[in-house]
Amino acid sequence: MSDNFYDEVLIDHNLHPQHLHDLPGATCSHAGMNPSCGDEITLHLEMRGGIIADGSFTGIGCAISQASADIMLDLIIGRTPEEARKLAALFRKMIGGEITPEELEILEEAGALQNIARMPARVKCATLGWRTLEHLLETAD
Amino acid sequence: MQQNWKADFPVFAQFPDMVYLDSAATSQKPAAVIAAEAAYYREANANPLRGLYDLSVRATDAYENAREAVRGFIGAASAREIVFTRNATESLNLIAYSWGRSELHSGDEILVAISEHHSNMLPWQSLARETGAALHYLECDSSGVYTEEALRAALTPNTKIFAIAQISNVFGRISAIADFARICHENGTLIVCDGAQSVPHIPVNVQALDVDFLAFSGHKMFAPMGIGVLYGKEALLRKMPPFLYGGEMIEYVTREGAEYAELPHKFEAGTVNVGGAVGLHAAIDYVNAVGFAEIVRREDALTAFAVQEMRQIPHVTIIGGDDPAAHHGIVTFAVDGVHPHDIAAIFDSDSIAIRAGHHCAQPLHQHIGVSSTARMSLAFYNDEQDVEKFVDTLKTVRRRMGFER
Repeated sequence: MSDNFYDEVLIDHNLHPQHLHDLPGATCSHAGMNPSCGDEITLHLEMRGGIIADGSFTGIGCAISQASADIMLDLIIGRTPEEARKLAALFRKMIGGEITPEELEILEEAGALQNIARMPARVKCATLGWRTLEHLLETAD
Repeated sequence: MQQNWKADFPVFAQFPDMVYLDSAATSQKPAAVIAAEAAYYREANANPLRGLYDLSVRATDAYENAREAVRGFIGAASAREIVFTRNATESLNLIAYSWGRSELHSGDEILVAISEHHSNMLPWQSLARETGAALHYLECDSSGVYTEEALRAALTPNTKIFAIAQISNVFGRISAIADFARICHENGTLIVCDGAQSVPHIPVNVQALDVDFLAFSGHKMFAPMGIGVLYGKEALLRKMPPFLYGGEMIEYVTREGAEYAELPHKFEAGTVNVGGAVGLHAAIDYVNAVGFAEIVRREDALTAFAVQEMRQIPHVTIIGGDDPAAHHGIVTFAVDGVHPHDIAAIFDSDSIAIRAGHHCAQPLHQHIGVSSTARMSLAFYNDEQDVEKFVDTLKTVRRRMGFER
């Protein structure tokens, strides 16, 4: 393994998350947690005109869960819930090691988490934000 | 520090570059233990305690010799006081189910040390819920110290049992169990001691401590996984009903009921783990051959070295204070701005195994105000190079997470 387990993308999103803040205009929120490690985030979305107009997350967690949630919000803000669901499915596919190179490009910076599949203990951290998103979209429908 | 004890442990030959600092979670196994368990299955395996033939007698002897070895190891008065279980968790559950459900009633109180591992906390929570007994916690200070005054103040005429570990799996601090036992007994309170982190590392004598129950796991003391011990004073065990029902724990059975077997078989229903017990016997022989003088000397020296180095590293906080003498082979720590899971991942990328999380002690982490921590834990087979590598990596953690660039 390299000197640095975490690449620059993850480190940057962890140290300087764009979307770690409250969202006063949120129309829906959902809390997700990893009971085994104590990571917990709450995802906030502002739905307007059938799209995810804005989003944020609050809470605490490891670099993997924090960076993954931040990257996810970069990807889904401005998209429809349907598009967000498809991205979540693609992310799961990547974690499962079944993604094609073309699909990987769609995930943009989230591709930095591709190798997490090799660390089963951290998969839950990487998917925490995405799982919370899926629950939120389900209940918001 | 000259002797290379790692040579006794095949896993270190398999992974020569690995630094194993997670012995509080489970210890590595010496070749002597692995060989003893294998030899049992090759040479003496039969269902013990029932077969009327030579091989079964051998299996029975192997099992009962292991029990006698455990008795001697912890200084119990009689082998009838040694019950084999799967691990410390099962031993503690056995007490809560058997003693607890027959002796406790609404109005009684259970006292549990706040730093206990979940396995010495959840059985008591469950027992309190089912019997209507009240559950109270004994609080420690931020260094993990429990005082006699605090214990005296927490005991009431209704306190029936007090549960505490001899060595905390988070702080590594030794509690004064013999003093606590005396105070409990003056109050008519029983004391349950979790010895999972102490029995492998310091000499433990149940009669000197005068504890009513002691629980520990084989796998943390160089024995195989799946074998553990419950020590209980004979008078208490005798009164307790069985925990599990089945074969091997009865004298005779009728349509209406059964006459239960003598101690300790009353608590060992079903076919027992003879291979594990034989492995535990070999582990005890191994520990005795190395000697606690050597084990304690090495572990204390390595712990002191680690703490002295760690407290000089900026942004590193040792949970339970900077006094090396307070940590017995266990040093739990935090690094400012870095989640413990990320700390462990960085250590792993340098082939160093440490633990991260709440170490099965969530209420303690709430009590001391941190959500989770990282923990390095030693055994006598570790050496100075292991600690040096650990310290070298610890110094790089913040930089590798993007701080101070």
